[in-house]
Amino acid sequence: MTLHQHTLTELKALLDAGKVSARELTDTFLARIDALDGELNSFVTVTAEQARREADAADALRRKGEIGLLNGLPIAHKDIFCTDGVRTSCGSRMLDNFISPYDATVVRKMRTAGAVMLGKTNMDEFAMGSSNETSFYGPVKNPWDLSRVPGGSSGGSAAAVAARLAPAATGTDTGGSIRQPAALTGITGLKPTYGTVSRWGMIAFASSLDQAGPMAKSAADCALMLQSMVGHDDKDSTSLNRAPDNYLADLEKPLSGLTIGLPEEFFPASLDGRIAELTRETARELERQGAKVVSVSLPSVKLSVPAYYVIAPAEASSNLSRFDGVRYGYRCQDPVDLMDLYKRSRSEGFGDEVQRRILVGTYALSHGYYDAYYLRAQKVRRLISDDFARAFEKADIILGPTSPEVAFPLGAKKDDPVTMYMADVFTIAVNLAGLPALSMPGGMIDGLPAGVQLVGNYFREGQILNVAHRYQQATDWHRQAPTFGGEQ
Amino acid sequence: MAIDQDTVLKVAHLARLHVSAEQSQVLAGRLSDILNMVDELQQAEVDSIAPLAHPLDVSQPLRDDVVQPADLRDRVLPLAPASEGSCFLVPRVIE
Repeated sequence: MTLHQHTLTELKALLDAGKVSARELTDTFLARIDALDGELNSFVTVTAEQARREADAADALRRKGEIGLLNGLPIAHKDIFCTDGVRTSCGSRMLDNFISPYDATVVRKMRTAGAVMLGKTNMDEFAMGSSNETSFYGPVKNPWDLSRVPGGSSGGSAAAVAARLAPAATGTDTGGSIRQPAALTGITGLKPTYGTVSRWGMIAFASSLDQAGPMAKSAADCALMLQSMVGHDDKDSTSLNRAPDNYLADLEKPLSGLTIGLPEEFFPASLDGRIAELTRETARELERQGAKVVSVSLPSVKLSVPAYYVIAPAEASSNLSRFDGVRYGYRCQDPVDLMDLYKRSRSEGFGDEVQRRILVGTYALSHGYYDAYYLRAQKVRRLISDDFARAFEKADIILGPTSPEVAFPLGAKKDDPVTMYMADVFTIAVNLAGLPALSMPGGMIDGLPAGVQLVGNYFREGQILNVAHRYQQATDWHRQAPTFGGEQ
Repeated sequence: MAIDQDTVLKVAHLARLHVSAEQSQVLAGRLSDILNMVDELQQAEVDSIAPLAHPLDVSQPLRDDVVQPADLRDRVLPLAPASEGSCFLVPRVIE
């Protein structure tokens, strides 16, 4: 097995055993990025020189016995995280020239743990999209089929990990942006409980929904990453003040006594029968390992897409008002006055989907419409959250499909926003309720990976990772790799 | 709910976006599609339901009010599209 084929956990063991150095690992992945990313477009910025310096520093620390949790492990960051001295574009022309003057808390924590940053990954502009086609830097290709999308918005991170250009990457998930691309590229991704990972330095889209998390080749890898990402942060007023859990401790725990809930609403008649079947087969595998499977109901989940497309644009319209062409970011040529400067800088700096969402959000928050849209959506949000609370009285983990379909062709939905929004029909409710959820590969359809989703109660990331890890011990869907990039 | 071109132009002004008359026609169609989808919310029975702002109903905590160094001017000002001395430059606001 060559180095790039290993999981993050295996690479950590090789480093710990002295069989490989951080520098060798870093050079291996940089060489793959150099050779293969021209076709994939999964990176916006590759920080090769900085990565080699960080790798050498990690090797030096290891020789001194100062070995952080991620010492010497190369990773990629979604280009939504601010990185000191490195362009942070958020996939937008607006920030194409923005060199962040500071590190996001997630970046700082992972750097402190010894991780080596390979570069910044492509994404839908301001994380708005489910196909990675809204990026200013062009679409990312799915390594399983270069004519198809990798999902979004963390599509660059997903494609890079799936193509073995990086062993793991960070992502963010506002309505499914970690889980849906993980499903479409055959990797594992986790969205933690809202407030678990600091949002400081993570460019805001919808602040009450945004949450960062790991994307990697296995649940064990996600546990390793997550351990270094979590923790209270004074700089994020929504960061929860609780002692971090140990996500690695319970990975092997047997599943006997565990109850898995299958919500009927996640298996509508319109769902592709092959996706329904492989999700049910996942439940049967967990049953074979001692879990009990019951039926649960989430009646208000059908309103999650409409509620989300009020709340997320409303918050986005407020968050994105900071991009004014004055202090940083794009400015139009020769503005005649200040209003012209604001308007043209924003309409030239933002792409179509971002402008649509700003307009929807501004409309929903405008005088006379607030009660009918935003307030009503916030009330529906509670109905959805209450549904989950009732379901968790019957089940420990809720299981369903991650996405209603496998990776679709590039361009298939680009001009039809409402159809595109339905790509997240199974993931959005989780963000509205603030719950943790993971997507993992659960089978293949026509040569393309399909994902299944595990949703846990608040702060049960450890339990979700345990279930996913046990599933991955018994199956090898997560070991499947695309033929793209040669021997995988 | 369908919205017309005039509403698009009004909202675009509120959002400080430049939208041409031509674009406003296309946008009126797209935004109406989105708002029609969102209108499913009107079916929900929510009269007695309290709105949910934070998923865990946590209120905003306060930090201790302590002075911290924030002398970042030399790093932040070069990011501006136009600056002079210690100021951001914008087109003349007061004649």
